[in-house]
Amino acid sequence: MYVELKNIEKSYGNYKASDHINIGIGKGKLVALLGPSGSGKTTILRMIAGLETPNAGDIIIDGKRVNDIAPAERGIGFVFQNYALFRYMTVYENLAFGLKIKKLPKKQIKERVIELIELTGLKGLEKRYPNQLSGGQRQRVAFARALAPNPSLLLLDEPFAAIDAKVRAELRSWLREMIHKVGITSIFVTHDQDEAVEVADEIIITNKGQIEQIAAPIEIYKNPKTPFVAEFIGQSSKIDDYHKLRGFEKGDYKGAIIRPEFVESFKSDNVKFKDVINYSEDGVIEDIYFRGNCLEVKLNVGGIILTTKRSLERRPIQIGERMHVIVYRLYAYDNERAYLLENKDLKGKELVTF
Amino acid sequence: MQENKRKESKATQIVLITISVLFITLMLVIPLISVINNSLSEGVSFYFKSLQTEYVLSALKITLLATVIAAVVNSFFGIMAAWLITKFSFKGKQLLATLIDIPFSISPVIAGLAFIMTFGRLGWGSNYIDKINEFFGTNIQIVFAIPGVILATVFVTFPFVSREIIPVLNAQGKEEEEAAALMGASGFMIFRKITFPHIKWAFLYGIILCTSRALGEFGAVNALSKTRGETFTLPLEIDALYLSGSNDSITSAFAVSSILVFIAIAVIIVRNIVEFKAKKKLEHIES
Repeated sequence: MYVELKNIEKSYGNYKASDHINIGIGKGKLVALLGPSGSGKTTILRMIAGLETPNAGDIIIDGKRVNDIAPAERGIGFVFQNYALFRYMTVYENLAFGLKIKKLPKKQIKERVIELIELTGLKGLEKRYPNQLSGGQRQRVAFARALAPNPSLLLLDEPFAAIDAKVRAELRSWLREMIHKVGITSIFVTHDQDEAVEVADEIIITNKGQIEQIAAPIEIYKNPKTPFVAEFIGQSSKIDDYHKLRGFEKGDYKGAIIRPEFVESFKSDNVKFKDVINYSEDGVIEDIYFRGNCLEVKLNVGGIILTTKRSLERRPIQIGERMHVIVYRLYAYDNERAYLLENKDLKGKELVTF
Repeated sequence: MQENKRKESKATQIVLITISVLFITLMLVIPLISVINNSLSEGVSFYFKSLQTEYVLSALKITLLATVIAAVVNSFFGIMAAWLITKFSFKGKQLLATLIDIPFSISPVIAGLAFIMTFGRLGWGSNYIDKINEFFGTNIQIVFAIPGVILATVFVTFPFVSREIIPVLNAQGKEEEEAAALMGASGFMIFRKITFPHIKWAFLYGIILCTSRALGEFGAVNALSKTRGETFTLPLEIDALYLSGSNDSITSAFAVSSILVFIAIAVIIVRNIVEFKAKKKLEHIES
């Protein structure tokens, strides 16, 4: 493990920001710290950087305990949420600042800055001030500045929060590519699950100062370990009396979480579903929302409201229309864990999905 | 309807401009002109002669000395206090910020009396001063001496610099400093390269305000300064000349006043240049 946090505790007064945090991050990995705001993810990042000091526990980078090592000596590059570019310095001066402090010879500084400017596609903007740049350009400068002194670990605090939605998607793939190209171990904080899923190799989910789950994005999505993760990831809705749905029995669970992609609805004359129509139940369409690339349909199934998505290529539907509804699977949970439950009526059946 | 509204707002504008101009003329321009006018009422040669008396030259020297020291001390203190209040969080921070503002709200005469009560013969500080004098073999006096005049001037001007800088530093946040610290920059380097460029213009503006206030201070200094020709500042000298009652000395009082008027006008011009430059610089960088 390249970066390790062992039994980290951190409180601000009575507020516990980090509660028994244990994390291991492999060399060269791009990891997301994902959680709702106030879940303690930024605190973890700032403790690794040395901007905050934990009350207890060890922070280990590359086999060395760094708790007592000054932030500047930890070999870290940090990208701040609002980039914190030096606004009274040009792009060139921003990139050169860290190198000047390290007292590198002028020629070497120049070479490194030019290299970074080329790497991040900032050519021609060297003499601009930060406020003369677009949001995307600023992020590139912040990224290049963090990389300038050749750190071995890159930390990014909500790197996309300050950028408008359209440029954000572009920058996500840019950042992912860049980080993999440079090959630097990186940790970024985000509250946006799409961002985490798209960019990270591994996701660490935080909640109320604790770690809920550490796994690859697909694993987090398919096998949420805790009720919180099951509900936080995807477009999930909570259903208490899930056992009333056909194909599910009441176990020792408190409730269940269903995502739209677990629910199928079809008209009674749809031949593609004729094999499973006997296992379906009746639902009435309560609401239809146009979501751009699909319809979001709310169905009332015996008092339970289920949400599903419907392709625009399929036949039109109306509010009040009767549909057949099948729930393929759901996540049941007790106090501690989440469990995947498959519809047992459908076991061994070949399923057709759109 | 539209036409009417436009006419109405035009009329409002004219009325407001007339009132403002009349008010400023009556309250500021006419009195100032009359100062200059009166100062020259006995001719140019009398004017220059009355500026060169021993008392006036001494007062001018002490005024400038007190002003320069107040500006230097308050620059240092102002930057330090503003830095402390904006970049650190500690218990009693709000209280400290409020305390800094006290000279704004307290009457200068009270400040002067407070210094007498502290450092005068009956004050608790006088023992320490006596001890220091004994130890070093010196004869430092604070009350009714130049140090007292300087202290009073520093007291009444000390919020100016920090008050100008604090909002700027607050708006800046501390991320830039953190970023520089993470790169290994020393505290002084961070201040010089990151913080100071940011507060430069506000700082200069604060010094200008501090200077003009120091030049004109009357009340606090009046309480602590009793010897004409030794510890009197220009405003006190003007007062003394005026109160002595003869026609000549009243004209002299106006002549000396005109120095302060000219300095004030110079300060206003410098202030406008600073404001203009600061704005231009900001537009350049923050556009």
